[in-house]
Amino acid sequence: MNLIVCLRMVPDTVEELEIAADQKSLDAEVLRYRLSDPDEHALEQALLLKEKQGGTVTAIALEMPEIDDVLFTALAKGADRAVKIAGDWARLSSTATARVFREYLMGGGQNLAADSLVLLRSQASDELAGEVGVCLAENLGLPYVGVVTGVKVAGATLEVIKEFSGGLRGEFTLGLPAVLGIQSAEKPPRYVPIAKVRAVMKSARIETVEVPAPEQASVEMVDRLYKPEAAGRARMLEGTPESVADQILEILSQQSLV
Amino acid sequence: MANPVLIVAEHLKGELTEVTFEMLGLGRQLADALQAPLWALLMGEQVRALAQHLAVADQVFLVEQSGLQLPSPDQAAAIVKAAIDAQPVSLVLVAGTNVSLGIGAVLAGRLGRPYVNFCKSVTVEAGSILFTSQLFGGKIQADVKLPDACGVVSVYPGAFPAGPGRREGQPPIESLSLSAPSPMVQFKGYIEPETGDVDITKQEVLVAVGRGIQSQDNLAIAEDLASALNGAVCASRPVIDQGWLPLSRQVGKSGMNVKPRLYLALGISGAPEHWEGMQGSQLIVAVNTDPKAPIFDGAHYGTTVDALDLVPILTEKVKAKKG
Repeated sequence: MNLIVCLRMVPDTVEELEIAADQKSLDAEVLRYRLSDPDEHALEQALLLKEKQGGTVTAIALEMPEIDDVLFTALAKGADRAVKIAGDWARLSSTATARVFREYLMGGGQNLAADSLVLLRSQASDELAGEVGVCLAENLGLPYVGVVTGVKVAGATLEVIKEFSGGLRGEFTLGLPAVLGIQSAEKPPRYVPIAKVRAVMKSARIETVEVPAPEQASVEMVDRLYKPEAAGRARMLEGTPESVADQILEILSQQSLV
Repeated sequence: MANPVLIVAEHLKGELTEVTFEMLGLGRQLADALQAPLWALLMGEQVRALAQHLAVADQVFLVEQSGLQLPSPDQAAAIVKAAIDAQPVSLVLVAGTNVSLGIGAVLAGRLGRPYVNFCKSVTVEAGSILFTSQLFGGKIQADVKLPDACGVVSVYPGAFPAGPGRREGQPPIESLSLSAPSPMVQFKGYIEPETGDVDITKQEVLVAVGRGIQSQDNLAIAEDLASALNGAVCASRPVIDQGWLPLSRQVGKSGMNVKPRLYLALGISGAPEHWEGMQGSQLIVAVNTDPKAPIFDGAHYGTTVDALDLVPILTEKVKAKKG
């Protein structure tokens, strides 16, 4: 199988986020980027399929700070190729991101091999203009299922499991080539020791490619970005763990919970 | 008069989903502001009987075809587009759920209209409408203005009241016969929720653990506290994805929706996807070392002491109190 994983780093929301002066984007100067959990799961699912079905895994990523580390880590985990799409993509909308991936995969009239499966994270909390996965499927004219938590291959057919809500799931089938939005892989993403990543950095190579930058249409829609004002802020309990435990116990007692 | 506002009704296992009524209520408000009619589009295999619940709409369009039980985004978007090609609408509201994921983005692309994902609130002022979306795990909000109030909006589940969207009746129904391309994805069947050892939706007390719990070994202190409080342990997505707890213990968008008397959240940031599953809890106490974690915006009580320090002490105190 020709397994392709499209990775895109997202701002790390554990860090403080600042709004840029234009009030329409995040301040890139202070942003730290990380690979999102579902991106890690998309890569893991591709590696699991390679182990079961054979084939190659190509990890593709947009150029971002520290993206080389991400791509070398993907190689260390078992990806066969790592491709970096060069450019300044920090303010790229999600729909434009899908166009960049499409341009790389099918630009210049090339076709995806018949046994291709493109895996991306199902969704991310910065995809204001649309989920990248489904937009890419639309751009490529390929079938798509999102919120996927399981993938089986039977010949040229995929059997996938999609999550709804309340633990309810559904089973779908679709033919290759296809695009899947991965929510979780069938196993937790594998761990790879730093020493192995360092060794790969010495022996392997990241391919750098360029594609034409897409038009940015959707960004101007945003009138203003801001930090939400808390509607009802929690009453904060201060003090040592001992004292906070006493205060919580008192609250639970008032509510007849202890 | 502006062009109509259209909601795309969502149903699952033969029933309209809660977000459909939330969209109807919001759609009514927007249609009134724009002085436009409110339409609902209902597509599926045998769904005519559901139309009577959509009486808040001025007009229901019905598309009944085989293979439409759970249409894929491209299939659903093709049907909505075919339905409105002959009779333009201003706004299209779609559900921001896992069931409907992707329909809005594909539809917006095909219509050449802007798309607003994750819409959590709407402000109507002097005929202009401001859509507010929650981004980056709830840490940032975006205000979006749509040119001429035209576009596709994905409505975040649970963000708008369902009450105003509920009315039984007999709205005018028009059956549409549309030619949609043959589906590229086939729905095979449902997989029912795993019944775990504990039904977390029936617990009065839940001790919830998130990424902040750091390792599987630390689950034991949460288990001890839950047991002292006669409750159970549940978790947010990252903990379930690590395989530390079974899927039946997951709270949130694709997990369980819980409404316990006490929800004690340990090391949970409170991303919107998690909040969606526990916002109905009567008392929410949040423990998180990040003072800016969004969980504190909705919790009743909060503390930034380390859960790993606090929980064993609290457990002992609960046990002592109970004797």
